[in-house]
Amino acid sequence: MKQWLLDPWPWYVAGPLIGLTVPLLLLLGNKAFGISSSLRHLCAACFPAGVSYFRYDWKKESWNLFFVFGVGVGGYVAVHFLSSGAAPMVDPRLTAELSTYGVQEATGLVPADLFSWESLFTLRGFALMVVGGFLVGFGTRYAGGCTSGHSIMGLSNLQWPSLVATICFMAGGFLMANWILPFLLTL
Amino acid sequence: MSTINNKTRVIPADTDFEVRSTNAVCVNSSELDEPLRSKWKYALAGVLFGIILIKAEVISWYRIQEMFRLQSFHMFGVIGSAVAVGLLSVLLIKKFKIKTIDGEPIRLEDKKFNQGQIYGGLLFGFGWALTGACPGPLFAQIGAGAWTVVVTLLSAIAGTWAYGFFRERLPH
Repeated sequence: MKQWLLDPWPWYVAGPLIGLTVPLLLLLGNKAFGISSSLRHLCAACFPAGVSYFRYDWKKESWNLFFVFGVGVGGYVAVHFLSSGAAPMVDPRLTAELSTYGVQEATGLVPADLFSWESLFTLRGFALMVVGGFLVGFGTRYAGGCTSGHSIMGLSNLQWPSLVATICFMAGGFLMANWILPFLLTL
Repeated sequence: MSTINNKTRVIPADTDFEVRSTNAVCVNSSELDEPLRSKWKYALAGVLFGIILIKAEVISWYRIQEMFRLQSFHMFGVIGSAVAVGLLSVLLIKKFKIKTIDGEPIRLEDKKFNQGQIYGGLLFGFGWALTGACPGPLFAQIGAGAWTVVVTLLSAIAGTWAYGFFRERLPH
């Protein structure tokens, strides 16, 4: 197969393709691109528990669940059929910093030393996977959207609240990655 | 604030949209009642999107760390060019009043500001830097075989549920 299909794509190829998801979903059926809502629909479908926030016709929004199912399938296809299997390139400064916490060479999408079943029962693994996941779910719904809904769809439609949200995503991430995470990784 | 007062009452059918719009930029503007089988086209769109996420490496924990440490331009390039293309597409759709494949006029909802975008935004930022994934990548990572991410996804669903539960007591 063509080498360019197997290698990671540069930002100027991948970015515009991600941007095209916006008109694609609008043309397919008037759907505003957004992914974190799927988590809400899952709650509404599986355990609404009488909470008013989850009392709505989630079936009307089920396109979103089809979409995220597809994203999972796409992940499988890309890794099994469109990948050279080479280790990801990582900035040497990051590699050096991670090795001081005992996080070894990059092998996949996530560091195996941090995201493993054994790690889940350590303090830092719990913080990364369980606390991190909770914050993603809680924060995106509180903010009313995630990177796709606010940063891409919202900014594409020139919504200033989405710009506020995007700045806060970045500020939060910046704070966590540079000041809190280094401490958590030593746990 | 008025939306919060609405919540304590039983929600009639016509305010269903309001409940949805307080939540999301991700509003389904379609008035059509689509049959279930017609929704597979969104799954197909999802497959394409999932492939792009992996090939762009935006689902990599390392890329997210590099972004927040300003060690790589990659993520900024991806997001920036995605917004540029999205912006242009939306402009063209509006200018030429392009319709959906079913002939429905395309409608985009405006997003109202509330403080949740600040507090929630910061909290999501924390989570993004910890997990190295926003919601889309969680699904792609699981499909790619990173099975422990199932725990992260379940935790994200729990977080969403907790927000729904405490919503009326949070500042908005």
